[in-house]
Amino acid sequence: MNVRAQMSMIFHLDKCIGCHTCSVACKNLWTDRKGTEYMWWNNVETRPGTGYPTGWEDQDTYRGGWQLAGDRLELRLHSRAGGLANLFYNPALPTLDDYYEPFTFRYQDLFTAPAGDDQPTAEPVSMLTGEPIDIRSGPNWDDDLSGSDIYAAGDLNLDALDPEVRAQFEEIDRVVMNYLPRICNHCLNPSCVAACPSGAIYKRGEDGVVLVNEDKCRAWRMCVAACPYKKVYYNWQTGKSEKCILCFPRLETGQAPACAHSCVGRIRYMGVLLYDADRIPDAATAKDPADLVEAQRSVILDPFDPEVIAAARAAGLDDGWLDAAQRSPAYRFVKDWGIALPLHPEFRTMAMMFYVPPLSPVVSTLERELVKLRIPAEDSDAEVFRRIDDARLPVRYLASLFSGGNEELIRQALRKLLAVRALKRRQSVEGDVDAGTLGLLEQAGLSLEDAEAMYRLTTLPTLDQRFVIPPYHREVSIEAANDPLARTGEAGFGSVQGPHRGG
Amino acid sequence: MNALLFLALPYAAISLFVAVTVYRFRERPFTVSSLSSQLLERKRLYWGSIPFHWGVVLILLGHLTALLVPRGVIWWGAVPLRSWLLEGSGAALALWALVGLLVLLWRRASDPRVRAVSTGMDYVVLLLLVVQLASGLWTAASYRFGSMWFAGVMTPYLWSILTLRPRPELLVDMAWPIQLHVAGFFVLLAVFPFTRLVHILTLPLGYLVRPWQIVVWPRRARALRRRR
Repeated sequence: MNVRAQMSMIFHLDKCIGCHTCSVACKNLWTDRKGTEYMWWNNVETRPGTGYPTGWEDQDTYRGGWQLAGDRLELRLHSRAGGLANLFYNPALPTLDDYYEPFTFRYQDLFTAPAGDDQPTAEPVSMLTGEPIDIRSGPNWDDDLSGSDIYAAGDLNLDALDPEVRAQFEEIDRVVMNYLPRICNHCLNPSCVAACPSGAIYKRGEDGVVLVNEDKCRAWRMCVAACPYKKVYYNWQTGKSEKCILCFPRLETGQAPACAHSCVGRIRYMGVLLYDADRIPDAATAKDPADLVEAQRSVILDPFDPEVIAAARAAGLDDGWLDAAQRSPAYRFVKDWGIALPLHPEFRTMAMMFYVPPLSPVVSTLERELVKLRIPAEDSDAEVFRRIDDARLPVRYLASLFSGGNEELIRQALRKLLAVRALKRRQSVEGDVDAGTLGLLEQAGLSLEDAEAMYRLTTLPTLDQRFVIPPYHREVSIEAANDPLARTGEAGFGSVQGPHRGG
Repeated sequence: MNALLFLALPYAAISLFVAVTVYRFRERPFTVSSLSSQLLERKRLYWGSIPFHWGVVLILLGHLTALLVPRGVIWWGAVPLRSWLLEGSGAALALWALVGLLVLLWRRASDPRVRAVSTGMDYVVLLLLVVQLASGLWTAASYRFGSMWFAGVMTPYLWSILTLRPRPELLVDMAWPIQLHVAGFFVLLAVFPFTRLVHILTLPLGYLVRPWQIVVWPRRARALRRRR
């Protein structure tokens, strides 16, 4: 057993209101520099939709992630020699137009325009060339456009639906959509790391954050294509790749990442997951994509198991980390309750950010242009529970997003969410718990205590319960090379080299 | 003039090349990049970059072979047919590379996005390379069978420079396109560390053998794990 720790984030999609506060917090902190304007390390996309960059899930085009070759994994992008052969031109690299060309407006013109009969205008200009631009796309261009033919219809996950269901859904998707916030998944088996010819990308052993060493990056740009989530970006100004750093400077000082901390809906949780690095190869090569989530869960270790604790100590994890692992909300959502699932496990990178699938609005049908509830008013909880497959967001659609097509995993998660909802409604409306509600809990596989805990962590958590950040003890790793006191006095001095392009 | 071009220039170029390259890789590693612009424009890059790079790489390997094993090249050229074959493919590659290079130059000068990220040095490099490829092609066309006389003149000259026993007089009687080609090479060598050309030295051959995944530990954690 080779125990390592991973900082994982949970996204409770039921609570996401699509306000983009996370994206803006991230942008203001990290990507407001020249060359990074188009990057959104954190973005929120409307589902169904094509996302950002447009159609990122289409691996026939972008060739991201891993694929099975017999019982071994290979990069979908290239072989080792093929990677070197493609240095001069990478056929799978998206262009700026697949994201959008960053633009601003000539606000100064509003003040300097000569007096005249017309209102002066601020003309849009490209932030790249400075030339006037005909804006065709921009950040969140498809925001809330789920009913549109352009964006929703292009969603690859809809291809998983039966034609009949799809037709129904396209009728209904004018009234249903959900949001999908995305950051780098800091995968256990990252394909960006594997694709980098220079070996500039690495995973931190201590907390699993995947980083680009900008001093070693040579702009071969394989990582951009190889990441199936398109979460590595190319800075066209400095000629270096950049990506979400999980706000490691914040983590190391005990703070949650900016996206999570600023979240208005408080949908995000952050905590440690212990995993067995030796079991990664087996888990990533499960034959059937529908088994991948289970395989990944089996790699995540129980932080209360004495054997795991002993192995973790031997691997250099101190009590602070073990304590954080035991209090981790990520462990509760992913393992204890099993309601948080990785995004597109079939890419086989073992994404370590997890999503609680959304409960869509109540079951309904479209009759004569009117959306109607198709359930009797009495005993509606049990009825909704029974008809998960009639939910406005089809289970198969969610399965295509979060479980490699395994619909039962989605049903299990939705049943638990619905059972907790039924329980709390019963308790607050009737003031008691009846046999019917207990029956729902039982069907969902939840104990009364777990349901209560799920409810509390979902609705009433404090900041410290949402974000359990272990003590990093950076000073200890500094000690190995420097005198900490001398280091404190020297920090911040020395020559500063700006990020200059080329020579 | 001769001493300046073929004695002073080579040593100045080599000194600059070594000193500045070492400095840049050690002290300014962030600036070392191929500065790809594929994100901004890809169609013309395809038609320019692939022919240029592969053409130049193969031609340079040819030059290197002549420098390291001149006897082998002469042996190969002893049969006229083989000699023609070598010269012909060399010229074809150079032509291919030149076409690619001109596409790249056109792309850089005319595409607004690529122009926006171009520096003066980018154009200097492209123009120097045009001179290099053109003079090389001229030499191949007018002074036939360079593969044969290269071993007699150029190989001894280059080795004389490298072994610090310079013999610039070897080049006195060469035709001017050849002299231009040699001087141009040293000018390229001199500007090399100041331009994006440094990416040639970062050719990531290690990728063929390194493990797929890379995990990095902080110093103390690494020490702990080692003790285990």
